[in-house]
Amino acid sequence: MKAPPFQYHRPHTREELGALLASLDNAKILAGGQSLMPMLNLRVLAPDHLIDINRVPELAGIRETVDGIEIGAMTRQADILASPIIQARLPLLARALEHVGHIQTRSRGTIGGSCCHLDPSAEQPAICAALDAEFVATGPNGRRVIPAADWFQGLLQSALEDQEFLEALRFKPWAKGHGYGFAEYARRHGDFAISGAAALLEVDGRGQITRTALLVFGVEPAPRRLYDAEAALVGQIIREIALAPIIDAARALDPMEDVHVTADYRRHLAGILIGRALREACSSLERSQ
Amino acid sequence: MTGKHLTFTLNGEPRETSADPRTHLADFLRYGLGLTGTHVGCEHGVCGACTVIVDGVPVRSCLMLAVQIDCCTVETVEGLANGDELSPLQQAFSTHHGLQCGFCTPGMLMTLEALLRATPSPTEHDIRMAISGNICRCTGYQGIVEAALAAAAVRTSTP
Repeated sequence: MKAPPFQYHRPHTREELGALLASLDNAKILAGGQSLMPMLNLRVLAPDHLIDINRVPELAGIRETVDGIEIGAMTRQADILASPIIQARLPLLARALEHVGHIQTRSRGTIGGSCCHLDPSAEQPAICAALDAEFVATGPNGRRVIPAADWFQGLLQSALEDQEFLEALRFKPWAKGHGYGFAEYARRHGDFAISGAAALLEVDGRGQITRTALLVFGVEPAPRRLYDAEAALVGQIIREIALAPIIDAARALDPMEDVHVTADYRRHLAGILIGRALREACSSLERSQ
Repeated sequence: MTGKHLTFTLNGEPRETSADPRTHLADFLRYGLGLTGTHVGCEHGVCGACTVIVDGVPVRSCLMLAVQIDCCTVETVEGLANGDELSPLQQAFSTHHGLQCGFCTPGMLMTLEALLRATPSPTEHDIRMAISGNICRCTGYQGIVEAALAAAAVRTSTP
């Protein structure tokens, strides 16, 4: 099918973008277009106005700041994947991006677009949740910073208000040499994952875990941190991790059911994948030491 | 055609025309400009048949609006051959039986053209990753991978 008619707008600055959002009804922002364009072509959406933000240069780029890394919302997935800063300081994000679509979609697709669309099986918002990213949103009342814990409001639903746009994502990298692991299951490479998992680890000199993040996505409508399992993992010795309670925690969730798989199968996958992600995090830690 | 005014470079030639905002790039190339080499398969970014190169990178032309190529450089499969002379990659596809029905071929060619420019000596794994977003229902991919490896060898041996 073909996209329904709409009026096309192309702002060049954040101010122009803000003014358009404030004045137009039933408007959609067009970022990389790798989710919105299919939805238009399939007529799932019929906005009256399309605001194309691909020519707002200040929304793109990767910057090292005093306390971390800021990634502009319009930064392309291909540029993030190729960035030495990201590879060195946010290796989990780079690792997960290998699973995001294909070279032809990563060349257009943006991290901000994916984090605003919030497909439950999308890798980038999941990694943002694992890394406790902060979402910088700008609206008529100025700028606000939304923690990852508040960003996810449900299926395809972010905390962004109608007249707000996502400007950037802020990350605080984990300690140099930290462990990271990622696993997902999709029917074909590059497809939307059916489910996935991520793990982060920091250990002290004796191999005792001092900090961890455990997450599954594509299971419930939003990515899910396993906070209780994280708390139980802290203090354990890296070579003697009790994996069974973590797998049980991932399987205690309330998975979605859809045309692809049953809730039971997602529950099964959640346990398998969190185990794989954690084992990968352990071996990446050993490699870095 | 009515719509928004556009200036861009298409296969090395400067072009000036207009496009309706809701028309995606693949339809614009085919119906607006008569360049039917770019094929439209799924229209939701899954099959890869519509892949073209915009500003040096491969993109799905069904997932870009035509109006977004304003001031950009666009390359389509029509730009690969030099008159009647096939490009090394096209020639390799012929030699290694990299196509049967030909529907996916323009997307395969443009994806691999972009790969070979960025990575002149790709491994088989690089090639398979590059075309992982291009679906072919005839060849089983083996001939395509062999063609890409052969084209890489020809391109790196000719100055």
